[in-house]
Amino acid sequence: MAQVLVVTSGKGGVGKTTSTAALGAALAREGAKVVVIDFDVGLRNLDLVLGAERRVVFDLINVINGVAKLPQALIRDKRMETLYLLPASQTRDKDALTEEGVAKVIEELRTNFDWIICDSPAGIERGATMAMRYADAAIIVTNPEVSSVRDSDRIIGLLDSKTVKAERGERVDKHLLITRYHSSRAARGEMLSINDVLEILSIPLLGIIPESQEVLRASNVGSPVTLNSPASVPARAYFDATRRLKGENIPVQIPSEAGGIFNKLFGRKAA
Amino acid sequence: MSSIVRQRHSLMFRPRSYMAFAIAPQPPIVDWLAELDAGLKRSESFFAGQHVALDLAAVNLNATAIGQLVADLEERNIRVLGIEGIDPAKWQAGLPPVLRGGRGTRTADQPGSVAAPAPSPAAARTAPQNQQPASLMIEDPVRSGQSVVFIEGDVTVLGSVGSGAEIVAGGSIHVYGTLRGRALAGATGNARARIFCHRVEAELLAIDSYYRTAEDIEDRLRCRPIQAWLEGGALQISAMN
Repeated sequence: MAQVLVVTSGKGGVGKTTSTAALGAALAREGAKVVVIDFDVGLRNLDLVLGAERRVVFDLINVINGVAKLPQALIRDKRMETLYLLPASQTRDKDALTEEGVAKVIEELRTNFDWIICDSPAGIERGATMAMRYADAAIIVTNPEVSSVRDSDRIIGLLDSKTVKAERGERVDKHLLITRYHSSRAARGEMLSINDVLEILSIPLLGIIPESQEVLRASNVGSPVTLNSPASVPARAYFDATRRLKGENIPVQIPSEAGGIFNKLFGRKAA
Repeated sequence: MSSIVRQRHSLMFRPRSYMAFAIAPQPPIVDWLAELDAGLKRSESFFAGQHVALDLAAVNLNATAIGQLVADLEERNIRVLGIEGIDPAKWQAGLPPVLRGGRGTRTADQPGSVAAPAPSPAAARTAPQNQQPASLMIEDPVRSGQSVVFIEGDVTVLGSVGSGAEIVAGGSIHVYGTLRGRALAGATGNARARIFCHRVEAELLAIDSYYRTAEDIEDRLRCRPIQAWLEGGALQISAMN
C-alpha cells in the first residue's frame, strides 16, 4: 500500500526540503519506490537539493494543467533508480494548484510508488494546504525554538481539520522531527529542550537531527545527506527516523556534538 | 493578593447572540416559493418582526440568483438578516452577510404554533434538539490558531491550549493541561464565570471583558495551577496549591 507523507512545518527555513530529500533517499536506498513532490510552486528548491535542477523539463503544474503526462514530468535520480522527483513550477504561483489536479496526480502516483513524499512550502496558505490535503501521515519538522514550535502547533491543527482524512473523521498520523538541534546550546538554555517541545506539541517523536555542517555541505552539492555522507551523525539520525517511520521501535537518542557519539538515551515515548 | 488591573473603558466588545429563524429553500426554487406563498396565505404575520436567516445548503445558487431570492423574499415582507450554507467565495457585496456556526434551539414564544406554514424543513431544523446541560468537553489539545467559541456555557479542555489558540465561553473555562493561549470566560456578560487551569502560561485571561495579559500576570503565578474570577470590578488570580 502506498503511503502519502507530507513534510510540513508552518515556519520556513527549518529543514523541510532537506529532510524530504534525506528521508526520500534513505527509503529508496532500501529498495522502496519513492517519489518526492515539490509543492513550493514559484519558489522551488527540492530539485537543487537533489541535484536534478538541470534536468527539469515538465513540472507538477504542467501535469495538473494537462500539458504533460505524469511520467514525462517525473525525474529519476541518477544515483538511485527507485527515487523520483516531481518538481514544482518556478514560473507559476500556488493558485495553479487545484484540488482536483493534485488529487489526480496523487492517485496516479499511488499505483506506482511505495512512498509519496510531499514537500510542503512554508506558511498555511494554498501551497501548504494542498501539500497536506491527501496525506496519510505527516512529518512535522520543528526547530527547538518557540516560534517554530508555535507554527508547528498551528500546522497540527490544520492537519486535524483541513485534510481529506480529517474531513472523513479519520486521523492523519503525525510524527515530530526535531531538526537543527544543538545540544550544547540546549544545555545552556538557549534552545527549548526536547522535553519542552514534546510537552507543547504532544505528538510522537520520529527523530532528532543535529545541527551539522554535513547537512549544509550535502545540500550545496545537490545530494541528500543520507547519500552524500551516510556515516555522518545527521545521516544516521535520518536512517533511524526512516526505520521508525516503517514501524520499527527503536529508542530516540539525543545527538551530542562531541565527536558525534550518542551520549544520552532518550527514554520518553511521546504522547 | 492579586493586584488590581487598570480598567479600560474606551472599547468594549460584547458578543451577543440572537434568535433567528433559518428558512431553507429546496430546489426547484419556483415551487418552493409557491409553497411559501401558500403557507403565508394561511398565517400572514408568521415572519413579521422575526430575524430570518437564509439556509442555502440544499440549493446551489450563484450570487445573482441569491440576490434575486433575497428580493423575492423581501417582496413577501421577509427580511433576510444573513445567509448560511454557502461558500463564502460566492458572496458578493450587496448580499446579506454570511453567517456561520448556527445551531438549532428552542424558543419560549415559538410562533410555530400557528398552523405550521410551508417552510417546514426549516421548522424541523430549529426544533428543540436536546436538553443537555450546556457544557463543551474537548479531549484533544487546542492548537495554535484554533478558536473554540461556546457561548452556551462552560468549556472543559482535557489537554493543553496552545500559544495563539483561544477559548471563548459564555460560562467558565477549565483547562486540565497547560493554558498557553487565551481564555475568555463569561463572554456574554457573565461576571460569575471563572477560569481554572492546571498550569498557567496564558497570553490573556478575560472574564466578562475584564482582562489581564501575560505581562499583568504575576511571575509567582506562572506555571502554577490557578483560578481567576471577578471581584470589585477587577480580574483576580490566585494559585490553587
